[in-house]
Amino acid sequence: MALAAVAPDVLLPRPFAITRYVRDTHDTFTIELEPADGGGPITFEPGQFNMLYAMGVGEVPISISGDPAKPEKLVHTIRAVGPVTKAMQAMGKGDMIGVRGPYGSAWPMETARGNDLLVIAGGIGLAPLRPAIYWGLAHRQELGRLVILYGTRTPHDMLFRKELEKWRGRLDVSVRVTVDRAEPGWKGNVGVVTTLIPRAGFDPVDVVALVCGPEVMMRFCARELVNHGVSPDRIFLSQERNMKCGVGLCGRCQYGPTFVCKDGPVFSYERVSPLLGKREL
Amino acid sequence: METLERILREHKFFRDLEPQHIELLVGCASNVRFSEGEFICREGDEATQFFLIRAGSVALEINTHDRGPLVVQTLGEGDILGWSWLIWPYKWHFDARCLDLVRAIALDATCLRTKCEADHHLGYEILKRFGHVVVERLEATRLQLLDVYRVTP
Ligand SMILES: Cc1cc2nc3c(=O)[nH]c(=O)nc-3n(C[C@H](O)[C@H](O)[C@H](O)COP(=O)(O)OP(=O)(O)OC[C@H]3O[C@@H](n4cnc5c(N)ncnc54)[C@H](O)[C@@H]3O)c2cc1C
Ligand code: FES
Repeated sequence: MALAAVAPDVLLPRPFAITRYVRDTHDTFTIELEPADGGGPITFEPGQFNMLYAMGVGEVPISISGDPAKPEKLVHTIRAVGPVTKAMQAMGKGDMIGVRGPYGSAWPMETARGNDLLVIAGGIGLAPLRPAIYWGLAHRQELGRLVILYGTRTPHDMLFRKELEKWRGRLDVSVRVTVDRAEPGWKGNVGVVTTLIPRAGFDPVDVVALVCGPEVMMRFCARELVNHGVSPDRIFLSQERNMKCGVGLCGRCQYGPTFVCKDGPVFSYERVSPLLGKREL
Repeated sequence: METLERILREHKFFRDLEPQHIELLVGCASNVRFSEGEFICREGDEATQFFLIRAGSVALEINTHDRGPLVVQTLGEGDILGWSWLIWPYKWHFDARCLDLVRAIALDATCLRTKCEADHHLGYEILKRFGHVVVERLEATRLQLLDVYRVTP
């Protein structure tokens, strides 16, 4: 392993201050961060992640959910599931978080130019896809159709509700939202996100599909896309694996012959389809 | 002009069906419209038709005594509504309620079943296509039951 090639301070987080805290759903929140060390902002490509450190608790990989054209606002959307993310959930404006990054591969936005862009998100998977959507909106003229499909467990778990409404209101974007389970008063679609694919209205030959969500959901979506004539090398998935170093040193995130932290998290379906659904890798 | 024959021929569900079979289907088909809130069918009623939805959305619902009507799936443009007409005891399994104005092509069950009995080649083609719809619904239901977005405690 090329240990010597890694700069000594690569594992050292920079201090960032929380400048804005928004509660998105009962267990999900979005924070905006600014450097507190006098250094510059973190520029990134859609799909990349940072290692976020809750002082004294631990460090976790979290995708960047903000606009790549506005790197001065470093935005992360986090679901509180365990000690580190719960510690972050309990923070507020002015609190400090350690940040290392950006790391990992990006969504292939350049490949999408001149093609239809299909974004399929499940649950909190919409967060890592939001920068790709911002990119798509900023480069709308250079794309064919822009289609966003989003599935959540219940209406109550829906992320970025206002933004979804705003995008839905645009004539040049097609947004379809579905929930697995309706609640009284829900007037939208019910059913899993894969059921939206046949009705999505994209050109299977000229589409680039970006998929993010739980692994089962991505597996079924990718399969459905292939059934609809999309080539596996035009389908991209973002993989989640436990991480420690984030830079290809520790081996924690090994995924078959690859490391998710540096070869991923974004992989083409063509590359990872043999690995999807395997119990231990 | 949008004739029934053309719509059926071009619908993905009937794609590659032989022309004489499309003709037989057209003989059982009619254009229908339902307004918002209207029920296309009710659970337990005899399934005398199935539908190709051309526009609008339909909620498949189950009525529960304590929580009222629960939507289990929404169908929209291009979807097939109903396979109960083909499989005994030919009773609808759900209520189907229109969420907005729905335009569809209705195919008459008795008419089509008679034609399938008379021409097993047509019957087999129809059965294969409905088999696919049933499997798709089953797979979607299983995914729904898997509750993939649930956060592990
Ligand atoms: C590249 C990458 C990008 C990521 N981007 C995001 C992001 O944008 N937003 C975000 O909220 N999370 C994201 N994650 C997941 C996030 O890293 C984990 O949720 C986090 O590490 C959990 O840390 P913890 O210490 O709070 O909980 P842990 O102690 O690690 O986990 C607590 C419990 O939650 C379960 N758990 C862990 N992760 C998840 C999960 N993702 N979903 C459901 N259950 C889980 C564990 O199995 C355990 O039971 C990403 C992960 C990777 C690898
Ligand atoms: S997290 Fe250490 S090698 Fe990927």
